[in-house]
Amino acid sequence: MSSTALTGPPPPAPAAAAEEAAPARRRGRLTPYLLLLPGLLWLLVFFVLPVVYQASTSVQTGSLEAGYEVTWRFATYTEALAEYWPQFLRSVLYAGTATALCLLLGYPLAYLIAFRAGRWRNLIMILVIAPFFTSFLVRTLAWKTILADGGAVVDALNTLHVLDVTAGLGLTDGERVLATPLAVVCGLTYNFLPFMVLPLYTSLERIDPRLHEAAADLYARPATVFRKVTLPLSMPGVTAGTLLTFIPAGGDYVNADLLGSTDTRMIGNVVQTQFLRVLDYPTAAALSFILMAVILVAVSVHIRRSGTEDLV
Amino acid sequence: MRDVTETTGTTAPGDGGDVRLSGISRTYGDFTAVHPLDLTVPEGSFFALLGASGCGKTTTLRMIAGLEEPSSGSVHLGRQDVTRLPPYKRPVNTVFQSYALFPHLDVFENVAFGLRRRGVRSVRKQVRDMLDLVQLGEHAHRKPHQLSGGQQQRVAVARALINHPKVLLLDEPLGALDLKLRRRMQLELKRIQTEVGITFIHVTHDQEEAMTMADTVAVMNAGRVEQLGAPADLYENPATTFVANFLGTSNLIEAEVASTAGGEILVRAGGGGLGVPAGRCSAPAGTGARLLVGVRPEKAALTLADEAGRIPDGRNRVTGVITEASFLGVSTQYLVDSPAGKGLAVYAQNVDRDPRLAPGAQVVLHWDRAHTFALDAAQDIEAGVERVEPATAARTEEAPGTAGNPARAGSTGGTGGGVKEAAG
Repeated sequence: MSSTALTGPPPPAPAAAAEEAAPARRRGRLTPYLLLLPGLLWLLVFFVLPVVYQASTSVQTGSLEAGYEVTWRFATYTEALAEYWPQFLRSVLYAGTATALCLLLGYPLAYLIAFRAGRWRNLIMILVIAPFFTSFLVRTLAWKTILADGGAVVDALNTLHVLDVTAGLGLTDGERVLATPLAVVCGLTYNFLPFMVLPLYTSLERIDPRLHEAAADLYARPATVFRKVTLPLSMPGVTAGTLLTFIPAGGDYVNADLLGSTDTRMIGNVVQTQFLRVLDYPTAAALSFILMAVILVAVSVHIRRSGTEDLV
Repeated sequence: MRDVTETTGTTAPGDGGDVRLSGISRTYGDFTAVHPLDLTVPEGSFFALLGASGCGKTTTLRMIAGLEEPSSGSVHLGRQDVTRLPPYKRPVNTVFQSYALFPHLDVFENVAFGLRRRGVRSVRKQVRDMLDLVQLGEHAHRKPHQLSGGQQQRVAVARALINHPKVLLLDEPLGALDLKLRRRMQLELKRIQTEVGITFIHVTHDQEEAMTMADTVAVMNAGRVEQLGAPADLYENPATTFVANFLGTSNLIEAEVASTAGGEILVRAGGGGLGVPAGRCSAPAGTGARLLVGVRPEKAALTLADEAGRIPDGRNRVTGVITEASFLGVSTQYLVDSPAGKGLAVYAQNVDRDPRLAPGAQVVLHWDRAHTFALDAAQDIEAGVERVEPATAARTEEAPGTAGNPARAGSTGGTGGGVKEAAG
């Protein structure tokens, strides 16, 4: 870095002035790198090193007692995939459903805040963020109470015969909501909704309201204005929101743990069990890497399709 | 789409395409942006609504476009009442302030937008022709942000004109351009209007722009039309002090009627007498009535007091002292203080410059009596005098985003509009 500062021939200036100016200029050029340094160090210690460590763990063999050794055994990956593919599939399915629900709930909400809320805008924004004031665990546990057997919600759904339909689809079990796929998807949707709403709001809020007027002036009815102007211009928000929802939801295990049953285990639960209960570190590490790969593939396909490459 | 063809189809041929505003007004809570207003814009004319920030001109335009609902009154296009029609059903298109081009569409699709919404199948030829008309043929596949301000402006015009609206509304279309480009675009717009023959209604705060382009100018002030007429007529015969000061510069002198005789009013001002043609006095002129006597600075001349004898008889004279002389190349601008009034302006062509006409010189300011006009003295003599304000204030006024907000609609500072502009 300092060499680049020295390669340029110094301008033919009086010696004293040049001596004074040069270190200042060099410091100026270094500033961006110095500002990067803390973040880079943080990433190195808490991201790069753990990833490398886990990568080496995933190709080790051995036992807890005898110790592990790197043997480059890639069969761990295929074995893990062969055994746990249903949980992978379930994770993608649950996270995908939750993301879709977040989009369906979040888009109208973000639209309302951006264009219609007027002076209520800040209040609604605070309400969207308010859940973050309590911990993730507490919020999820609260859903356990909300969806409890014989609780008001379950009773209401039962009376309205909604549960008959969801049970028919295999989403609920008899008169129970808790410990079913529906409960897990509800929990995921609830917990990740703000991650959808905030980027959507940001991209919607940036749209110049005059564009709506211009479209209306050019014979577009309100629905067409939305389809041809608002929606395309909010696509960066849709992409960012779905990524921010899908990625953590795919790796989540708290919702499945607290609101689900053994039949709703997601890949996050398997990784957690392998690490903390079974203590099979290589399998757990391999599963983590497969999850990362699955998500990376899904995300890049998604970004390619939504045509917002400049986002990443 | 069906509705658009219906609405454009309802007007039978030959019933005229005049825009008629009858008693339309717009109020936001306690604030009246536009007082009940009657206005007829003849078909095919280039009509300018001229006024300072916050005078209600943009609100008027938006009511014609359907983007703003009038509090009272009606809007007719030809024989069709469009007062309650939403904007997408009106045969009217707008060139927005700062253009509002769709950033996600290229130039071609921006221009094709209106045609596609109306279900036109083959837009290619029409769009190409329109882009050629505004000389943007080779930029069809650029995105708006890749164009210069002048090019964006032309895309906005093309996007509106391609729909062959009955009326084209232009909301400060040249406000964002620099002076040279603005001059060129003024002529360009005038050329396009002559070529397509569509009625143009043009909102501007720039009096020079209004006078250059429009056949008819309506000068608006505080939600009312002060005066309406051809540019030269407005300039020569202003009816109010606002028009006299806002359109160019006027020297206004407070005076009292001494006598009326033979089509001429004689007034006393600052110890001297002045003559005004009775036909050019827009106020009652009985003896003793107070008037504001005016003359345009380019019609007045200066002569040194020592040589006052050379001034032909029958001209109005005011004696005074030069306080300021600014050399402007083609002309020199003098300011003269006299007993009749302070800061009287004189623009003298630099044909034979007299170096003795310098600050401190005793002079006689004189002009042809026929060039004198007189106004009612019961109005603010300073009304419409242009104050120096930041250029952005005029541009962000009445930004559509803020127009619906009663608290902000009247403000001319444009803080709300400024934020929106920065965001866009």
